[in-house]
Amino acid sequence: MKILLVDDEIEFVSALAERMKLRGIDAEWTAKPEEAVGLAEKNCHDIAVLDIKMPRVGGLDLKKLLEKRCPEMKFIFLTGHGSEEAFKSGSTETGSEFYLVKPVRFETLLEKLRTIGAKSTGGEKNG
Amino acid sequence: MGLIDHIKPIFWEQGDSSRGIYAYRFNFSRIWKLTVWLTLAVTVIPLVVMTAIDYRVSQAAMESEILLRTTRLVSNTRRSVAYFLDERMTAIDFVIQNDPYRSLKNPVRLAQILTHLKRSFGGFLDLGVIDDQGIQIAYAGPYALSGKQYREAGWFKEVAQKGIYLSDVFLGYRNIPHMVIAVKHEHPPDGFYVLRATVDMNRLNNLLMDLEVGGDGDAFLINRQGVLQTPSRRHGGVLEQIALEVPPYSEHSQVRQILQYTKGPLVIGYAYINSDTPFILMIVKEKDRLMGAWKQSRTQMIGFLFGSIFVISLVILGGSTFLVNQIYLADKRRVMACHQMEYANKMASLGRMSAGVAHEINNPLAIINEKAGLMRDLLVMDQKCRNDPKLVGLIDSVIAAVDRCSDITRRLLSFARHSGAPAKELDLAEVVREVLGFVGKEAEYRCLDVTVEKAEDVPMILSDRGRLQEIFLNLINNAFAAVSDGGKLGVAIEKYDESKVMLRFADDGHGIPKEDLEKIFEPFFSTKIGKGGTGLGLSITYGLVQELGGSLKVQSEPGKGTTFTVILPICLERPCSEASDGGRSGENLSIEPEAANENSTRR
Repeated sequence: MKILLVDDEIEFVSALAERMKLRGIDAEWTAKPEEAVGLAEKNCHDIAVLDIKMPRVGGLDLKKLLEKRCPEMKFIFLTGHGSEEAFKSGSTETGSEFYLVKPVRFETLLEKLRTIGAKSTGGEKNG
Repeated sequence: MGLIDHIKPIFWEQGDSSRGIYAYRFNFSRIWKLTVWLTLAVTVIPLVVMTAIDYRVSQAAMESEILLRTTRLVSNTRRSVAYFLDERMTAIDFVIQNDPYRSLKNPVRLAQILTHLKRSFGGFLDLGVIDDQGIQIAYAGPYALSGKQYREAGWFKEVAQKGIYLSDVFLGYRNIPHMVIAVKHEHPPDGFYVLRATVDMNRLNNLLMDLEVGGDGDAFLINRQGVLQTPSRRHGGVLEQIALEVPPYSEHSQVRQILQYTKGPLVIGYAYINSDTPFILMIVKEKDRLMGAWKQSRTQMIGFLFGSIFVISLVILGGSTFLVNQIYLADKRRVMACHQMEYANKMASLGRMSAGVAHEINNPLAIINEKAGLMRDLLVMDQKCRNDPKLVGLIDSVIAAVDRCSDITRRLLSFARHSGAPAKELDLAEVVREVLGFVGKEAEYRCLDVTVEKAEDVPMILSDRGRLQEIFLNLINNAFAAVSDGGKLGVAIEKYDESKVMLRFADDGHGIPKEDLEKIFEPFFSTKIGKGGTGLGLSITYGLVQELGGSLKVQSEPGKGTTFTVILPICLERPCSEASDGGRSGENLSIEPEAANENSTRR
């Protein structure tokens, strides 16, 4: 399972990636949304964990860009805001996606990743 | 409470305690007074003036009409009376011219003449011929008066001097009112003789009595001494002195008014009947009787005037009260709207600010969380330190602290996020505890005993979380303000009926006096004015409960405590099935209230 972590808070995203790696999860991270597209093109991750509010390219826009490169990619959004924006924009999107409010418990995030991973691999098998 | 207090409109004592845009724009009682006085003045004054003018004019017209009619009657009657007397005098004159002295001296001839006079003119009682020595030399009539000496009688002297004499009325031997007409005739060469006739007054009496005088009037004759010559209805019988003053001589008919008379004001018409008779014709009418018709219409007019003033006053009072009340209510709504706008703005900026703060804090919290987590990971994975429980414990407590912080920010966010959010299935106890979380510290410091009890059969309800939070927060804050340190607040959640649930916020604070109880949901009613209260908290709470389709009630006993009861529908507006369908359609998006439920304990 390959994970892409994008968040402009470098301290946060690096620590998160490191903890995943410690648990043997193949996680790549970047603090620059622009770089995320390149990384995705190269590795085509299974799941992307995106911050919604980032400078220049927001998480929701980034999702569209990433989806073009890797249509199979699943998304988890992290937000420090938990505001209406998340609700409203979320409700217009299709496909399965999850919102988690920061600060998130690491265990919760892991569980979510596993659930999505299981679903997508299960789906692939069935398909 | 007097009648005045009872009917006094609500705007009357609207004190103007606020300033700026929250002040009432108008002085309502002043507007009311101004309107009432002005309208009353412009309607009632012209009405009164017109009525007064009409009163005067119609009174004057009526009076002049009465005087005119009396004058006409007097002059007509005078002509009749004068004619009556003239006729008789002329008849005597004719007799004396027609018959020579010797023929008149003959009693047979005289009796014949009397008979003719009686037949032609009527009213003649007897006839006598008196020579220049005053001796009645011939007489025709019912008495034996022949040879009677009249030389010393006043009338004889007068007729000898003037040639003709008309006597006052007197009773005489006959004891019936009569008068005497005497005419002198020269008898050359050396003397004269007089023909004297006695005339019965009945005819004249009948003429005057039959007169249509009107107004209980009287028509009669008096002599110049004021002695009645003919009977009257109200002023005495024949030969009595009348109480009225004898009017001064005038050639023409005159009308006078006597205002001060024992039986009320009188209208008197009079005329002297020729200068050579002793008679004055008097027509006396009672003015009040004559004015009777006018007085009746005057009473109606005055009645109408007062009736109109009464109705006009009622309409003006009612109308002004209604209009000023409308202005008052409109102004009150404006002030309310200003307050509500301010409140909404305040809530919105508070929401934006808390959301901003929460967001800003959430990011560093996330960093602390992950860094601490990483440290823990590293520690746990590192062989050397694995068994150092102190380090792991320290890191765990950092992570626990982060959890607590995130609880707080989450609450702030959920509070900010209420407007326009779709209705969701909620556990009321959870919402109450969430709100208690905000004020938990205060409760702790003041040693307040706060309990939340939920009956088992209370279902989840479909409602607006943000509004509920606001309602509960207001009620809880209210209760906290009412109780003293160490007081109690109990929140009980029960099922009300099949479609409603009930929450009771019962405190043991100072309670609310009975007279305030019915006003506490009114906007701007506050016992804390000047102490930070706007008087809007409960009215806004009331409005919010209504928006959710519920109702808010209060019970209180001063000194013992207050219970606010919120009754909420289980399903907000729409039927439950439909609503939950709507909820399901958005299932793929789910904000995870991460572990919030377990953590939001009351403090």
